[in-house]
Amino acid sequence: MTQTYPKKRLSIIIEAPFLNRLLDLLDGLDVPGYTALPALAGRGKSRSWRRDALSSDAGRMVQVLIVLDQGKVPAVLQEIRKVLDQQIGIVTLSDVEVLRPELF
Amino acid sequence: MDWALAIQNLISPPVLFFALGLVAALARSDLSIPEAIAKALSLYLMLAIGFKGGVAASENGLTVDLLLVIGAAGLLSASIPILAFWLLRTTTRVSQIDAAAIAAHYGSISIVTFIAGTAALDAAGIAFPGIMVAAAAAMEAPAIAIALFLAHRGQAGTPQTPKAPWREVALNGSIVLLIGAFIIGMVTGQKGYSDIEPFIADPFKGVLCLFLLDMGLVAGRELRQVRKTLTPALLAFGLYMPPIAGVIGGVTGALIGLPDGGIALLAILSGSASYIAVPAAMRLALPQAKPALYLTLSLAITFPFNLTIGIPFYIALAGWLS
Repeated sequence: MTQTYPKKRLSIIIEAPFLNRLLDLLDGLDVPGYTALPALAGRGKSRSWRRDALSSDAGRMVQVLIVLDQGKVPAVLQEIRKVLDQQIGIVTLSDVEVLRPELF
Repeated sequence: MDWALAIQNLISPPVLFFALGLVAALARSDLSIPEAIAKALSLYLMLAIGFKGGVAASENGLTVDLLLVIGAAGLLSASIPILAFWLLRTTTRVSQIDAAAIAAHYGSISIVTFIAGTAALDAAGIAFPGIMVAAAAAMEAPAIAIALFLAHRGQAGTPQTPKAPWREVALNGSIVLLIGAFIIGMVTGQKGYSDIEPFIADPFKGVLCLFLLDMGLVAGRELRQVRKTLTPALLAFGLYMPPIAGVIGGVTGALIGLPDGGIALLAILSGSASYIAVPAAMRLALPQAKPALYLTLSLAITFPFNLTIGIPFYIALAGWLS
């Protein structure tokens, strides 16, 4: 069986207009990398939305995925919390297994 | 109102394509314009309108008129949100933050309404000054600044607010392209225009039709949310605020001595509400404000109103004022 290694996956779903500010923040933090993905549709507290039904980035959501070592999680979460507190979005942390631990 | 002009506007291809999109979306048709194509169409329209404005302005040079128009536009953009905010707080039950966010949209402008206005003026044979493009560019930031002030006015202590989105507003892609194309048009003048005329003049109306078809689809999808998000008082605001702001803009245009077409375009700019740049700026600067309110109001109520009834009204208004 192939050996895997435990890491943490941080998922941040955030409004598209805020993406650049979040990425600028992540570039200044000790994270090994990230991937940003567009969301196609969703539903929040107030209403549902479809990407093709919006006239601008406002209302659209994107997801930023970060895989990192457990030891780096508290410091990264603390900085992210400072800027995301008032924004619409969801932050989740989960356990994942990776094949190449030296990348994270 | 000049009814012939109003009917001519209503049965013009751009407005009819907008109506087609609106009806298709309301009927839940699967008609859609791919996002990248819609983006390319909007870039083309900004480039063409900015360049043509620059070429027209190059014939007069950078005169006091330009500064006067920019100053008047900035003043309108700063004052209209104050009136909108007061009306919202007096006639509706929206919170201070929501009222300020909505007010920012009505102080700012819809460049698509502006472009549709120039097409309507062309169709009516009314000339307009090229410097009006500069007025459009000047009417974004002041509205946002005033709205941020209104949102936090009277609140005790220093409010916990995110960093103001000045960089995002100033470097907004539409504004950069509009101003950039305006400057290129000014620098290259009539010779530059002749070089690229087949690209920016002939396809313009066709591209506008396709773009407005997409805007109709977007507005129609937003319109489906109206009953869930807007109260009758808010809905009424979306209909009475544009003509009020349009009259203020038209009178200002007449006071600074603009010709018919210029008065009409300043009224159109003042009566229009942003649904592209300001919503994104508000998500950054006032995240507590409800996007459903300002997006639905400006896109589903005010934009269709201006496109169908507002533009001929503002053009007629310019005729009365000049």
